[in-house]
Formats: sequence, structure tokens, C-alpha cells
Amino acid sequence: MNKQNQGPLVHIVKRGALPWYCAWGIRAAAIVLALLACALVTTLLTGEDPIQIYATMIKGAFGTTRKVWILFQNIAILLCVSLAVTPAFKMRFWNIGGEGQVLIGGLATAACMICLGDKLPNWLLICTMVAASIAAGAIWAVIPAIFKAKWNTNETLFTLMMNYVATQLVAFFVILWEVPKGAGKIGIINQSTEAGWLPQIGDYKYLLNILIVAALTILMYVYLNYSKHGYEIAVVGESERTARYVGIKVEKVIIRTMLLSGAVCGIAGLLLVGGTDHTITTTIANGRGFTAVMVSWLAKFNPIFMIFTSFLLVFLDRGASEISTVFGLNQSFADILTGIILFFIIGCEFFISYKISFRKSARKEGKANV
Amino acid sequence: MDNKTAAVKMRNITKTFGSVVANDKVWLDIYRGEILALLGENGSGKTTLMNMLSGIYFPDEGEISIDGKEVVIRSPKDAYDLGIGMVHQHFKLVDVLTATENVVLGLKEKGKLDLKAAAAKIRAICDQYGFEVDPDQKIYDMSVSQKQTVEIIKVLYRGADILILDEPTAVLTPQETDKLFAVLRNMRNDGKAIVIITHKMHEVEELSDRVAILRHGQFIGDMPTKSTNAQEMTNMMVGHAVTLNIDRPEPVDPKPRIEVKNLTVRSIDGVLKLDDVSFTANSGEILGIAGISGCGQKELLEAIAGLQPVESGSICYVEDNGEREELLGKDPLRIAEMGVALSFVPEDRLGMGLVANMDLADNMMLRSFRRGHSFFTDRKSPRKLAEAVVKELDVNTPGISTQVRKLSGGNVQKVLVGREISSAPTVLLTAYAVRGLDINSSYTIYDLINRQKAAGVAVIYVGEDLDVLLELADRILVLCGGKVSGIVEGRGAQKRDVGMMMTRLGGSKADE
Repeated sequence: MNKQNQGPLVHIVKRGALPWYCAWGIRAAAIVLALLACALVTTLLTGEDPIQIYATMIKGAFGTTRKVWILFQNIAILLCVSLAVTPAFKMRFWNIGGEGQVLIGGLATAACMICLGDKLPNWLLICTMVAASIAAGAIWAVIPAIFKAKWNTNETLFTLMMNYVATQLVAFFVILWEVPKGAGKIGIINQSTEAGWLPQIGDYKYLLNILIVAALTILMYVYLNYSKHGYEIAVVGESERTARYVGIKVEKVIIRTMLLSGAVCGIAGLLLVGGTDHTITTTIANGRGFTAVMVSWLAKFNPIFMIFTSFLLVFLDRGASEISTVFGLNQSFADILTGIILFFIIGCEFFISYKISFRKSARKEGKANV
Repeated sequence: MDNKTAAVKMRNITKTFGSVVANDKVWLDIYRGEILALLGENGSGKTTLMNMLSGIYFPDEGEISIDGKEVVIRSPKDAYDLGIGMVHQHFKLVDVLTATENVVLGLKEKGKLDLKAAAAKIRAICDQYGFEVDPDQKIYDMSVSQKQTVEIIKVLYRGADILILDEPTAVLTPQETDKLFAVLRNMRNDGKAIVIITHKMHEVEELSDRVAILRHGQFIGDMPTKSTNAQEMTNMMVGHAVTLNIDRPEPVDPKPRIEVKNLTVRSIDGVLKLDDVSFTANSGEILGIAGISGCGQKELLEAIAGLQPVESGSICYVEDNGEREELLGKDPLRIAEMGVALSFVPEDRLGMGLVANMDLADNMMLRSFRRGHSFFTDRKSPRKLAEAVVKELDVNTPGISTQVRKLSGGNVQKVLVGREISSAPTVLLTAYAVRGLDINSSYTIYDLINRQKAAGVAVIYVGEDLDVLLELADRILVLCGGKVSGIVEGRGAQKRDVGMMMTRLGGSKADE
């Protein structure tokens, strides 16, 4: 049989819908494979025992009660930012300005705490902080939205640039408000009076944040899936022409959705500054505006799934920094492991939609005999 | 005729997409010096079968042999090497390049690129078969039929002698179709094997030597065209007897419903799309709109639906009691709020009429989701409506939670039309309502439109198949280059006259 007569060695075939347990089986297999690949890389590069590395990762995330609280606090803030960018993404509006919107929300919170801390009763101060942070985040997000709606500018570049503006603004105010003069940072705001600090539930410093974000998750899920606004967002995202055809005002939906997106980012800033850190720095958002993009995509824009994807990313991050300290490894090594695991997780989606068929040599031979 | 050997033998070809079996153990023979018409309803697997022959898909099972030798076609390049070329329904040309540049694009010939020699070779091909195309003309300057010619030349230039054409006449005027058929006959007489996929029965009878019929992915049979007729072929395609007559009941109590006066529309680039168009559409009547594609049909319907900015003129909606309301300058939402029940089946079903990635139930909501004062959408009634549409229009779908993009063209159209008429419209605008639909689905749609007409709806029907327009419409408005070329009575109108009016203002009057 000549060469021409052989079929391609592999070809890719689209699958029908897989039952959910198969799909999750593939995902689980991907994680196992990722861990094996990480183990191999670890042993080859560092000579450390991979089992110990994994144990350390888990210890880093869950080792003590404090660590568990920090884990959940980090999940809550990341999830909050992810919830914020999701409606925009569902509308195919690539808001990668979450970072800046969080920063500006945090800046507004800090401004209220510093300037009004001793002038208003605490409950009124907190109300002002909430309003100011939401408004600031919303304004930061709506500027690119207006430009997109009116002049069809590129929202990706615009929101990205707004991040830098926000960072510089924060840097400016940090110098303006620095305590003590010349320190280059603000320090804990209202440390003696605790004015404007969000109330603590019992002894649990992070519980309020976690509860607020849990409520937001449910609200966002309902908003996106059951409200008229959510439906409009989905239609605009899928096809602007269809939206216009049924009389949806696309410009209005873009602006409204970005106001919401920015507002939720503003809340994340409020929780960071008013709830936990009680200070502001240019790095307070810590790249979450970008990590949120990944959280949202991995969960296919479903707020409930985003709980798991944000858990995964925060767990990897916490675990990775633990191994870099315990084993004296470079932080980059932890990033390599995170990268490998994400590669497998994202890559396995391909095998859920497609299957790969190999050439059946038996069939060919059988036919040749006929 | 009898001692011809098959150029292509396809045996036991099976292809599945997920759980959908597109081709199920199909046998097909293609002979040289013969035009084979491949028939079948939408979703019967014609295009899939031909895509496997031209190397776009790879069969799951089965063998293909060319001139008696078993071959494996892994890519379009393999197909070209075997002399197989396919002209797709949607042209794949680069607009800013010339015909010659498009033809040589992607060819890996040795030596320097010699456009002059290529142009000469193209001219030779044109002379041989009677094509009319200028090799140096840019694609964006070309008419649809010229673009198609370039696609055919592209295939011939690569030395194809087995040609597959997927619905080549869908975009052509009657005159252009005649020219294409003449060329195809020349190629057949030259010994090439030609396969044409089409839904138009009279074309099959006029052009083909043999027909092969697929149904639900299975091969039903083939026979010489001479020994069969449209009725028999249709029955084989559908699997049971169907009647091939389009009803045209007399309009009942027609009253003016939409009055368009001196309508002028320019595109964003400032090109005049509609020039001083005036007409009246009556209730209980089907007003057919004929014209070469791109003569302002789309702009006309979209202007009435409130989607197209208008330069000047007026569009009046006349209510039963004679009250008139201006629709111009209002968006679809305002028009609906005014109480004008206007339904619009646009040309671009999945890009405009429906959301491809949403399921049937969610698509039913598109028009009605604003109803009620609740912040939340009502999910129950769209589901009911979807179930009703699926049942009444016999939509072939696994369920109402299936994304519409997974349905075949005919079923997509049924979903769209079903939704649009569910709101009890007084005006129904349809653009190419049966484009790409098989006979059975087409007749379902004609029947639905006729029922709307009987219910007193003013129907504006933009069509491309003149035979259908002449049978279905009460009056036909012919557009030519954005101007009204004439309005004729549907009963007794001659195809030739209407065809003339499509290409020249006023038609035969100016011609003779």
C-alpha cells in the first residue's frame, strides 16, 4: 500500500455534548497530570521531593487558622473584582481596567477616612465611604464606556491606560497625605480612633468582607441570569446587530453595564482600604484586576463557578509563596509551577470540545485483503 | 453513455459531528462528461459529502476512489492534486486584489511570479468556455456573478476536471444563471465532471444529466434526469408526497397599510442606496420586491423597520380607521410602543434576527423580554412559545434548550418566522425568507406567509427566485439600482419582462 493511501495520522473531531461527569473527569485528569508534570519539573530542577513540595503548598494555604482566614480574605477580594469585570466581559467589552477601578475606589475611601475622619459620626462616615468608593469606581469605568459608545474607541487600550492614571493619582495623594512627612507612605489611617474602619463581626477580622462578597456573588448570578438587564447584556455581547434589531439601545447598555462593573470594583477598593488594610498604597490591588480576567474566563462568566476558580488561583498563589520561603527557592519557581498547572487546566477544555482520532491501521489492512 | 467509467466513486462514506450523523454509508458515483445534480433537503448532508471530496473534512469511514484508484484526501491541496475543485456558496476572494492575483494566490509554482502569463492563461480559459471576466479588474469592482466566475476560473486554473458547485445560482439573476449554465454545458462537453448542489427544481431539470438524492444523510438513489420529474424528485427528497403548487388566494379587502413616499437613503459612505422610492403596501396582500441583490432591498426593509437612517422622504403607517403615523426617525422600540405591530424577518438570520449562541427559548424572548414591570424576565411564556413553534412548524430540534446555531438553515428560519408571526403583526417584512431552504421548508414558509396574508397582514416579500415571486406575490415592485423600475401585477406577469426590469429601468420599454 503506497503512502498516498494512508489517512492522516491524527485528526481532530468535534465531540457532541459530553455528560457532566465525563467533562469533570477530564478536568480532574488534567489536574493530576499537571501535578505530575510539576513533580517532574521540581525534581529535575531542584532535586527536592515533590510530595513535600505539595504538602508545603497545602500547609501554606491551610496550615493555621490565620492562614485559612487570609486565604478566604484573598479569595473574597479576588472574587469581588472578578464579579465586577464579568458583566462587561459577557457584553464582550474587554474591561481590563479592574486594577485602576479598585485603586480609585480605595483612594476615595481613604480620602473620606482622612479628610472626614474627625468631622462626621462614624456611621455617617462609613455611608459616605461606601457612596464615594462606588461612585469613584463607576466614574473610572464609565469614561471608557462613553468613548466606546459614542466614538467606538478601543475599550481594551482605554481601560488599560486608565489603570496607569489611577496608579499615578494614588501615588500623588500618598505623598500629599504621607504620615509622617517624608515617609513616602500613609501608614494606618485613624489608628487611634478607628474612624471609618468597617465594623468587625465578633473576633473575625475578615468575616464581613467574606459575607459581603458572598452576597454579591449571589446577586450577580441572579442579575446576569434572570434580570432583563442581564438578558440585554447577553444579547449585546452575542450580536450588536440583533440587539439593535429588537430595539435594545446598545450605547445605553454599554454605559449602564460599565457603571455597574466599576461600582463593584469600587466596593472591592472599599473592602481593601476600609475593611482590612486601613491604608492605601499604589500596589494595594496587587494585580487582581488582571487575575480577575482569568478567574472570570475560567469560570465561563458564571459567578458560582468563579468561587472555585478564584479559590484555585489564590490557593496556588499562597502555596507557591510558601514553598519559595520554606525551600529557599526563588519566587519565580513558584510562578513556574502555577503556570504549568494553569496550562493544563486551560488546555483540557480543548479535549472537552474535541476528540482526537488516530489512524486505524487494522481497518486499512482489513480492506486491503478484500 | 453506458461505457463511461466513474471519475469518482465514493463508497460507504460516513461522517459524524458529535452525535449528529451527517453522512451515513453514502455511495456516490460521478462521471466525466456529465452534470450531476445533488439533491436533498437542508441538513441531508450534501455539502458535508462534497466537503469530504474537496478535502475540507475527513471521512470517519469509507473509501473514495478517483478513476478506479483508491485515494485519501487529507486537505484541499490533496483534492486539487487529484483534480477536484469546489466553488463554495460564500466566495473566498480578497476584495482589494485583481482577478488574476486572486487566482494565483496560494499557488506554489516554481520560479518568479509572472502575473502577465497568469492573466494570459486566464484569458485562454475564458475563451475556451465563454466566461466574461477581465483578469485585471479588482474584485470590489465586480458584480456577484463576476466574482463567482473568478471562483470558477480559480478552480479551473488549478487544473481541476472534477468541479463541485454549491448552490451557484442562489445569488444570480435569471440572465446570469443562463450564462452560467451555458458555461457549465461547455465544460461538460469538454469532458469535465460537474456536480451542482441546488434547491431549484427547474434548474435541475434544465441543466443536469443525472440526479442523486440524499435524505437524512443517506443515499436514496440516482437516475437520469430525463426519466424523472420534479414531483418524483421532491417526493424522494422529502420521503413522502408533497404538492408543488404555491397558493395565491385573492386579497381580501385590501386597504393601504404602509405608504412610502420619495424615500431616499444613502449608505454611511455616501452611496445612494434608495433613490426616490414610492409605493403602497396593502393589508391582506403580498407585495413582492424583485431586484438584483444589493439594489436597495435591504435598505428599504430596514428603513421601514426603523433600523436605517433615511435622507429624505416619508414612511406612513395607516391604521384601520385611516389614522396615519409617521415611522421615519423612530427606532424599533418606539415603533412598537406606538402600537404598530411590525414584524421583520431579516436576511441575516443568525446575525440579526436571532442570537446564534442562545437556545430556542431565549431567542423567543428577544421581542417580548421587556413585557411587564418586573425587574426580572419572564422565562415561562417564551418556553411555551418555543414549544408551540417547535410543534406547529415542525422544527427539527433535540429540544427547546438547543442553541439555534446547531439547527439547520430551514429550522433556524422556522424559529425566526415563528417568533415574528407569534406577535400577531399587521405588517410582515421578509427578506429572502427561503434562501438556502429546501423545498419542504420553503413551502412551509410560503404557507405561513399566505396564512398571514389571509389574516389581513400587509406582507412585503423580498425574494430572489423570480419563479416563486411570480407565483406568490399579488403585486411585484421591481428595484433597479435603488430606483423603482416598475410595479407589476403578480397575476399574468412574465418572467422575461420582470428580469428585464431588474437590469434596466423600465425594462423592455427601454430595451426595444
